[in-house]
Amino acid sequence: MRGLGSVEIQREIMTYDVVVVGAGPAGLACAIRLKQRAPNKRVCVLEKGSQVGAHILSGCVMEPVPLDELLPDWRKTPPAICVPAAKDEFVLLTKTRRIRLPTPPQMHNHGNFIISLGSLCAWMAQQAEALGVEVFPGFPAAAPLIENGQVIGVRCGDMGLNKDGTPGQNFTAGVDIHAGVTVLAEGCRGSVSKLLIKEFKLDAKCSPQTYGIGFKELWQLPPDRAKPGHVQHSIGWPLDSRTYGGSFLYHLDQDRVYVGFVAGLDYENPEFKPFEAFQQFKHHPSVQPLLEGGEIVSAGTRALIEGGLQSLPKLEMPGALLVGDAAGTLNVPKIKGVHMALRSGMLAAEHLAERSTSEGFDARWRRSPSAKELHRVRNIRPGFHKGLWFGLLNAALETATLGNLPWTFKNHADWKSLDKLGEYPAEIENYVSRTLPPKDRLSSVFYAATSHDEHQPAHLKVPDTSICVGRCVTEYGNPCTRFCPAQVYEMVEENGRKRLQINAANCVHCKTCDIKDPYENILWTTPEGGSGPNYQNL
Amino acid sequence: MKILVGIKRVIDFSVRVQVKKDGSGVNTDGVKLSINPFDEIALEEALRIRERGTQTEIVAVSIGPADCQQQLRTALAMGADRAILVETGEVLQPLMVARVFHELVKREDADLVILGKQAIDDDFNQTGQMLAALWDRPQATFASKVELKDKTLTVTREVDAGLEVIAVDLPAVITTDLRLNTPRFVKMPDIMKARNKPLQTLKLEELGIAAAPKLEAKHYASPPQRMGGKKVADVPALIAALKERGVL
Repeated sequence: MRGLGSVEIQREIMTYDVVVVGAGPAGLACAIRLKQRAPNKRVCVLEKGSQVGAHILSGCVMEPVPLDELLPDWRKTPPAICVPAAKDEFVLLTKTRRIRLPTPPQMHNHGNFIISLGSLCAWMAQQAEALGVEVFPGFPAAAPLIENGQVIGVRCGDMGLNKDGTPGQNFTAGVDIHAGVTVLAEGCRGSVSKLLIKEFKLDAKCSPQTYGIGFKELWQLPPDRAKPGHVQHSIGWPLDSRTYGGSFLYHLDQDRVYVGFVAGLDYENPEFKPFEAFQQFKHHPSVQPLLEGGEIVSAGTRALIEGGLQSLPKLEMPGALLVGDAAGTLNVPKIKGVHMALRSGMLAAEHLAERSTSEGFDARWRRSPSAKELHRVRNIRPGFHKGLWFGLLNAALETATLGNLPWTFKNHADWKSLDKLGEYPAEIENYVSRTLPPKDRLSSVFYAATSHDEHQPAHLKVPDTSICVGRCVTEYGNPCTRFCPAQVYEMVEENGRKRLQINAANCVHCKTCDIKDPYENILWTTPEGGSGPNYQNL
Repeated sequence: MKILVGIKRVIDFSVRVQVKKDGSGVNTDGVKLSINPFDEIALEEALRIRERGTQTEIVAVSIGPADCQQQLRTALAMGADRAILVETGEVLQPLMVARVFHELVKREDADLVILGKQAIDDDFNQTGQMLAALWDRPQATFASKVELKDKTLTVTREVDAGLEVIAVDLPAVITTDLRLNTPRFVKMPDIMKARNKPLQTLKLEELGIAAAPKLEAKHYASPPQRMGGKKVADVPALIAALKERGVL
C-alpha cells in the first residue's frame, strides 16, 4: 500500500520468473529464447504502446543472421515489410549537388533486408505468445521496485488519474510485477533503465552516453518511381560540417519508400532545428522529385543511442539486466542496432536459462562477438565530434586498421554540448522554402497518430520552470522549443510575461528532451498505458 | 437475466484513415484495430447492470474474421462472461448483422441486447433499430442513462430536442450514446483470467444466414483537401468577401 494524495491504493501483485520491460527486438528475442531454452519459466513482456510495434521506429536495414538463429523459419512467413537490399549508395550532398562516394565497408547491405521494425516486433510478439510468453501491450513499467538493494520487479503505470494526480472516477491502480529477474529492454533512454543506471551507478566507469535524433516517414509514391531494395545514405547538406548526421532512403516494394534523417544530439548550435533539417533534406534536388506527388502514410521520431562501447554501462545489477539499446548496443558506423539488440536479448536469455540470475551477464556479453563488433568501430562516431572532415578521415583510418589503434576516444554528455546564444559561428541558413508535407511539426504529429487522454497529468516533468523563463531565455533561447519534433514545448507570452507551456498530448515518446535539455530540467516519464504514437509500418 | 453485447472490430479512432490507391477500400495494413468505442460503452453498461445487483450473464458477440477474437478477449477481460464469434470473411451490412443477432437472441434466449448506436467505421446507425423490428421488441436508442427495475428499463435518450425519458419492457434493445458512461480500463490480472473464459466460434452459415449485401460499394476516395482560409482586415471587408461569394 502506498499513499497517493489522500487515497490509499491497494495494488495487486503478479509474480513471474522473468519480466521483460519493452516489446522491442531485444525484449522479444530474450522472451522467445528463454521459452525455447527453459519452457517452464514464466515470462511476461510489458509494452507501453497500445500494441506491439506502435512506438518503435528504426531505419531499418536488418542483418538477418541473429534472427536466423532465433527463429530459423522466419523467412517462410516473413513480417509484413521485408525487401532484400539490392544496391548501396553513399553520397555527399551540397545544397544543389549529389556526389557519389565510395560506400564504406560497414555499410554494404548485401544479404540484408529492409524491414519495418514495428511489423517485425508485432510478428515476433506472436511467436513469443505461441511459446507461452505473456505479452501485455498498453502496460508501461512506470518505476522499478527495489528491496534491500535488489531489483524485485516493476510497478505498472496507473490508469485514470486526474490532471492533478488524484485518482479519477475510473482510476485503476497499476499492478506490481515481481520477478526473479527484470530484463530492461526499453530501448534508447528508457525511463526505468535511466533510474536504475543511476541508482546502481552502472555508468561509473564509462564515458557519458551520447545520442542522436532520428526521423522517419513512410511514403506511398506514384507508380514506377520506387526501386525495390535500393539503399541510399547521405551526409552533408543541410547539416553544417560541425553537426553530425545524415539521411537514409530505403526503397520498398509496392511503390513505397522510407525516407529518414538522423542528427547527432551532440550538436552545438543552440538555434538548430532537427525537424527542419530533415524537411530540408527532403527538398534536395535529388530527393524532391522522388517524393513529389506522393503521400505520407506514417511518420515518427525516436532518439537513438550512439555512445558505443565506451559509453556502455555495466549490463547487470542485482535482480536486473540491461539489453539492446536500453544498454546501448547499437553499431553506429553500420547504422544498425536490430541485430545487436536481438543478440543481446538472446544472450541474456541463455544466461538466465542456465543461471536464473543477472550475475555474470556483463562479463558474458563483453566476451561475446557483439562486444568485439563494437570494439572495432568504437572510435568512428566520436571522431565526428571534431567535425565532418576529421570524422571521415578518422573513420577511414579506423576502418583500415580494424579498430586496432591503441587509443579510445571519449564521449561527452549531449546536454552539455550546446553553445550559448551568439557563440556558435553564425552561418547563413540557406534553407529552401518547402512544399512537401508535412508543413510543420503539428502536421507531422498527425501522421504519427499520437494520442494521450488530456485528463491525465502531463507526463513530461519540468521541475524548475523558473529556469525556462530566466536563465534559459538568455543563455540558450529555450532550445526545447526547437529540438522537440512534436512541438510539445512552447514559450507563450501572457500579460507581457513568458511562460512555458507543455503540450504533453503531442508527445511521440522520442525522449530527445530528456537527453538534450541543457539544464537537465526535463524528465520524461511514462504516461497512461496505450498513450503515445501509433506508428504504422515504421 | 442474459445480456448480449455487440463488439465490432474497427480501425482505432486515433488512426488517420487512408484510402487504398485503387479506391477499393481503406488501408488496414499495419493499422491499429480496436473495439468500436460505442460498443465499449455498451459492454460497460452491461457490466454496471450486473454490478448493481441483477444476476446477469453477459455474452459478448462479434462478427468477422478470426482476428476479432482479439477484441472479444478484451471484452472478456473487461468482464463479459463468455463470447461468441460469428466467423465470416464478408463485411456484413446492418440488416445482416441484425439477422445474426436475432438468431443469437433466439438461441440464447436473451433478455436484453445492448449495441453501440453506430460503428465509427461505416457510421450506419441502423443495426439496433433493425434488430428490434425483426425481434418485434421495444428499442431504446441513443441511451445516455439506463435504469433497470423489475422487468422495466427507464432509458434517457439523447434526441435533437434535448433529453427524452422512455420506459421499455424487457426483452428489449438498447443502443448507446457517448455520454452513457466511461468504460473501465482493462486490468492485467483480468487479461489472464480472460484467456480461460469460453469463446465459442460459429460459422455464419451455421446460423442459416448467407451474406447477401444490399449495398454495393463502388469507389472510395479521400474527402477533397480543405482550401486554405483567408484573413480579412475588418468587418466591412468580411461582408464584402461574403457577398462576393454569394453567401450573403
